[in-house]
Amino acid sequence: MAEEKDFKIPIGPQHPALKEPEGFSVALKGEKILGVEIRLGYNHRGIEKACEDRTYIQDLYLIERVCGICSHSHSTCFVQAVEEIAKLEVSKRAQYIRTIIAELERIHSHFLWLGVAGHEIGFDTLLMYTWRDREIVMDLLAKLTGNRVNYSINTIGGVRRDITDSQKKEILEAVDKLEERTKYYIEIATQEVSIIKRLKGVGVLSKDDALRLGAVGPTARASGISRDTRKDDPYAAYSEVSFNVATDTNCDVFGRTVVRLKELMEAYKIIRQLVGIVPAGAIVIRAPRKIPVGEAISRYEAPRGEDVHYVKANGTEKPERVKIRAPTLANIQAVKRMLEDRFLADMPIVIAAIDPCFSCTDRAILLEEKNSSKKNIMTWQSLRSYSIDWYRKRGIDFSKLSEKIKG
Amino acid sequence: MRPAKMIRQVLQSVFKKPATINYPAQKSGMAKGFRGKLKFYPERCIGCKMCMRDCPAGAINIKEIGEKKFSMEIDLGKCIYCAQCVDSCVKKALEYTDEFELAQLDRNKLKIVFDTKEK
Amino acid sequence: MLALFFILVFPGFIFLSLLGLAGQFVDRKIYARLQNRMGPPWYQPFADFIKLLGKEDIVPAEANPRMFKLMPLFSLTAVVTAFLYIPLWDIKSLLSFNGDVIVVLYLLTIPTITFFIGGWYSTSLYARLGSVRALTQLCAYEIPLFIGILSSALLANTWSLSEIALFYNSHPWYWTFNFIGFGVSLIALLGKLEKVPFDTPEAETEIVAGSFTEYSGRLFAFFRLTMDIEMIVGASLITAVFLPFGLTLHPYISLVLFLVKIFGVIALISLARSLFARLRIDQMMRFCLKYVTPIALVQLLINIFLKGFLYR
Repeated sequence: MAEEKDFKIPIGPQHPALKEPEGFSVALKGEKILGVEIRLGYNHRGIEKACEDRTYIQDLYLIERVCGICSHSHSTCFVQAVEEIAKLEVSKRAQYIRTIIAELERIHSHFLWLGVAGHEIGFDTLLMYTWRDREIVMDLLAKLTGNRVNYSINTIGGVRRDITDSQKKEILEAVDKLEERTKYYIEIATQEVSIIKRLKGVGVLSKDDALRLGAVGPTARASGISRDTRKDDPYAAYSEVSFNVATDTNCDVFGRTVVRLKELMEAYKIIRQLVGIVPAGAIVIRAPRKIPVGEAISRYEAPRGEDVHYVKANGTEKPERVKIRAPTLANIQAVKRMLEDRFLADMPIVIAAIDPCFSCTDRAILLEEKNSSKKNIMTWQSLRSYSIDWYRKRGIDFSKLSEKIKG
Repeated sequence: MRPAKMIRQVLQSVFKKPATINYPAQKSGMAKGFRGKLKFYPERCIGCKMCMRDCPAGAINIKEIGEKKFSMEIDLGKCIYCAQCVDSCVKKALEYTDEFELAQLDRNKLKIVFDTKEK
Repeated sequence: MLALFFILVFPGFIFLSLLGLAGQFVDRKIYARLQNRMGPPWYQPFADFIKLLGKEDIVPAEANPRMFKLMPLFSLTAVVTAFLYIPLWDIKSLLSFNGDVIVVLYLLTIPTITFFIGGWYSTSLYARLGSVRALTQLCAYEIPLFIGILSSALLANTWSLSEIALFYNSHPWYWTFNFIGFGVSLIALLGKLEKVPFDTPEAETEIVAGSFTEYSGRLFAFFRLTMDIEMIVGASLITAVFLPFGLTLHPYISLVLFLVKIFGVIALISLARSLFARLRIDQMMRFCLKYVTPIALVQLLINIFLKGFLYR
């Protein structure tokens, strides 16, 4: 019926399997995958450049909107870098509040991932149930911080809102309810036959491959690599609580599910310890508007892996350079390796298993000219004039656009 | 390994109250302290324009309409509801309410002006 | 004249279409309640159908337009014709002859073949993959379906659906011997209707919409109506063969009982949809040929022994 010839099928940029646009070009023979070509860059918004035109306080809100799910991660990572340059000693109470919100964000992100994984293998009931339980966390975060996503609780020098005693009780009640639901999902994930058939043996990444390709986060921890920034390089209040790093030796998508479920149980442990011992004190210290000259790198364990921010300050109100390395960028090389010799039906769940967040990933793309092998780097001015000329040749004129925006 | 492991909870869900509501016929409000639409008290404003400086989106515009009287024009389409202006205001002339159903069909209706005649 | 009324209005085309859309509503509402959600209002499938009729149908430039447009018509015709042979709430069906069990089963295969042809002539990559998967799946679930239904016909010693109903009505409680066949046929019916766990031909997250990727507007409306009517025809076939009780009561009571039975089968289908994940095509073939077919053969053997036993 079908001749066994190779053809290339595009998964993306627009595809029901992907939540965000990304280009995968899959070479198929029948149902077997021969190779994958990945093309990134559809979500590039020029955030790093935009940061240089805004003050540090305005940058806080811009960096937070790099990603909706791990917004607190990016915000805290940036603020930690700026505070390191300005040599500010943030009070202990602020560190504890930041950590509590960070763990609550990890809980909400992992519940979201469980639902998405269920949807990709066709199990919509799991999607509906996990997202219903996620509402408990979202409502709690709305009470604590004022919004369900993009919490904006950080400011340079501390946090903006305080936690009252009645809110502490609500946090503990919510954690109890969520722990009961998580135990149910652990039971389902390890015993339901159709889930195990779809997840075991799929997307295998051996330990050597994970080390060689630079995987981070639950993707690496499921291959037996015990690497977690919260333990290797503690920040905020993580040095004052005790918890275990969740690893698994299954090396496949099932292992990644188990790692995330174990991380959920650890998060409940951490939150209970923190809520019990929050010290009294001020929540914010006065920060200068002009940050002195210096540069700093700060690392943070986002729900998807290790997030790295680099900030360079030059003594004015606006930063000189901000660079963000999101965890998905480190994991996406591993996707090619995982998909060799697998079926097309495994593609959505393998991509979903690294928990992709392409909004975080896209920073800059390299375009190679077809006919020449020379590479050249364009400065900001030459890139701008090149793009205006490109559009003018095609009949589109942007000179009236700036008045339209201001008016 | 058992098939159909979820059957007990799935069958129990039929008799529980559904987790979704028929919006907009039924509404569930947001928590207290939700950052929604802004509210401005013109009698407290001194015209320092710190809020304009700190706004990440450039949504606020303070105009002088009389002797030491100021009005604020806010573009709800540009505002990102971060409440940084509330923190930056020295005289506590701004505060946020929990109103979030702000959709309009006409972009011009999103620009709201607060002055001493309106609340 | 009266025959034309029966074929076109009741219980023919119009009644069947309304029943199909009502069946879709029951399926979606039960599926939603099982997932702790509200679910759509009762007029949702009708509104969807009317909306789709009003949209433009776009034929891809490289597709074969005649085949592309004819396929929905063929499949709709096949399922409506199959319905005419099934005894619904009376022992006699509208038309019957000896051998119509096999004809009904063959007519139910035609929609799958039209999905394949429609998807193949769409020349879109996703549609080709989906159509090939649909035909591959056909080889897996047809065997248990045929064996399950024909084993019940074997016990009744006839190949005509009306006479099967007559036999089971005159020997009450004989239909309890066929429970294994009932289970096997339900699983095979899930495969025919392409519902989870056997919905790889139409997997939304892998191949967009399978064979229906390029269909839009009126053609898509008729394909969806075909799938709804196929669900009703499959459910009533199973009801007629495995649950043939209460057919000789007063006609109105019989009608209500028939509707209860059909919606019960549809509720079981919705329950199965909500409990399992989707199986890959190779896992599905292995499952059907390794586990379901032998169980169907067991039912066949039981019926052969019983027949020798009871017809002494």
